[in-house]
Amino acid sequence: MDTPVLTIPAIVSAIGDRKLSAAELVTAFYKKIKAEDGEIHAYLTLCEDRALEQARNIDALASRGDTLPPLAGVPMGIKDVMVTRGIRTTAGSRILENFVPPYTCTAVERLEAAGAIVLGKLNCDEFAMGSSNENSAYGSVRNPRDKSRVPGGSSGGSAAAVAAGTAVATLGSDTGGSIRQPASFCGVVGLMPTYGRVSRYGLIAFASSLDHIGPLARTVEDAAILLSVIAGHDPMDSTSANVPVPDYRTELQKPVKGLRLGVPKEYFGEGLDSEVRSAVEAAIQKLAAQGTEIVPVSLPHTGYAIPTYYVIATAEASANLARYDGVRYGYRSKSAKTLAEMYRKTRDEAFGAEVKRRIILGTYALSSGYYDAYYLKAQKVRTLLARDFQQAFTKVDAVITPTAPTPAFKLGEKSADPLAMYLADVYTVTADLAGIPGISVPCGQSTGGLPIGLQVLGRHFDESTVLRIANSIFS
Amino acid sequence: MRITDKDVSYIADLANLELTAQERQHMVKDLDSILSYIDKLNELDTSDVPPMAQLAAAGENAVTDSKSIPASREDQLRPCLPRTEAMQNAPATDGQFFKVPKVIER
Repeated sequence: MDTPVLTIPAIVSAIGDRKLSAAELVTAFYKKIKAEDGEIHAYLTLCEDRALEQARNIDALASRGDTLPPLAGVPMGIKDVMVTRGIRTTAGSRILENFVPPYTCTAVERLEAAGAIVLGKLNCDEFAMGSSNENSAYGSVRNPRDKSRVPGGSSGGSAAAVAAGTAVATLGSDTGGSIRQPASFCGVVGLMPTYGRVSRYGLIAFASSLDHIGPLARTVEDAAILLSVIAGHDPMDSTSANVPVPDYRTELQKPVKGLRLGVPKEYFGEGLDSEVRSAVEAAIQKLAAQGTEIVPVSLPHTGYAIPTYYVIATAEASANLARYDGVRYGYRSKSAKTLAEMYRKTRDEAFGAEVKRRIILGTYALSSGYYDAYYLKAQKVRTLLARDFQQAFTKVDAVITPTAPTPAFKLGEKSADPLAMYLADVYTVTADLAGIPGISVPCGQSTGGLPIGLQVLGRHFDESTVLRIANSIFS
Repeated sequence: MRITDKDVSYIADLANLELTAQERQHMVKDLDSILSYIDKLNELDTSDVPPMAQLAAAGENAVTDSKSIPASREDQLRPCLPRTEAMQNAPATDGQFFKVPKVIER
């Protein structure tokens, strides 16, 4: 069975027609994972018995001739920052090495209710903090397209599994680009929905005003199908929006002709790799040939997005990660004699260097005497960044940019310089800060054969247009 | 350098992190370079700009009004996590409570 070419509609219809058994499909995926994932290291935990039981239930439904749910038998992987009842969930951190959650994340629950089969949990940067997956406490992920290179981060395992064909699709999370940037590096599709579109109940919190859950898939159509399943209001997440969810797959059929697409000059300046530029410009020409109108726009505060992001994200992280104290769950230092010592040693022994760096930076930005200069200032600049997009969207229906300034870089290339690593997110953090949806879609490759991604950004809750444009580039 | 070892020790205390001398040394250097980069924000005059307090309010279309993002749900009695399940991941319990090192000396 050739797993790398399977898409969701093909699997569901083949299972429905009894041409394919869900149990055999799942077995084939585990065989491939065991043969090939040792080197790529996308998976941290497998749940084979559970997956096979679910697959047999799908086969039983199909043999009775029942109507199958929309993701019947689709083998998926889940980024290890989403809790799964009974399946170890680590967040890529030593502090949760043996954590077995007592409940399941809403997005995963909705996938399983729709018939999807969770194969296992996927590697990521510790607490989703990183742009290369090199911050995982369990070791780096390698890019399946070139194993000397990073898969991107922080959803590196989620992108690599789709690219390697060891999952049909996956869930990732995006706080500063963590779905779109790895999708770009691995040559797959990665969608970050609007803030509030998908419930975060059961997502291990990094920065609550920036965290999103979204799908990574081989095709735009698969991403659209998955979004229809996971989107929608959830009473368990007070930030989840009660906004109607369209059938995104149907929305893909609408033509792009007549759409106005903005090209912001700030995303094509210094630091952009020339091959990435050519590939994105060629895709824009292709969109113009399909009857869209290409409009130059300006997002003047773009250059301030990274510093704004690193103040807000780290401040929120410093508060969210205060819960890891060695009391109720997770690692506890063996050597501590007093309670205060236990907190401090537990956190020192079990957090990695980047997590500590961000806790320190965030605590500093919130500390007495510095709050106004850093946190308040960043929240004000965030307003300016959101206004940039509001202005642009009065003139255009979507904005087209490169996803990342370069193709995938080498393992170890940036890991010694935190600031250089942060700049890998320069084109993606803006959408997280503004709360708007964005997608990365493959649009070409470098002369060295590395994938290049194009990003489409849209209005709040207008994933339909974003998906439609991405699909016309993809197909 | 505007960040000193003393600053990092103070912040680490606030964050309940025990850093080694070597970790503090790296942190001074990293924090200094990241904060210098963040200083770029001071190029902007934001005296008339409100801070973004709630993301939902930033939406340019009406669907993101307060009705579509309910902050609270109906107050209903429902079962909560059973004690045994809540305790199953704890490093130390006595079956009833989480156990921690002694807090008060007698």
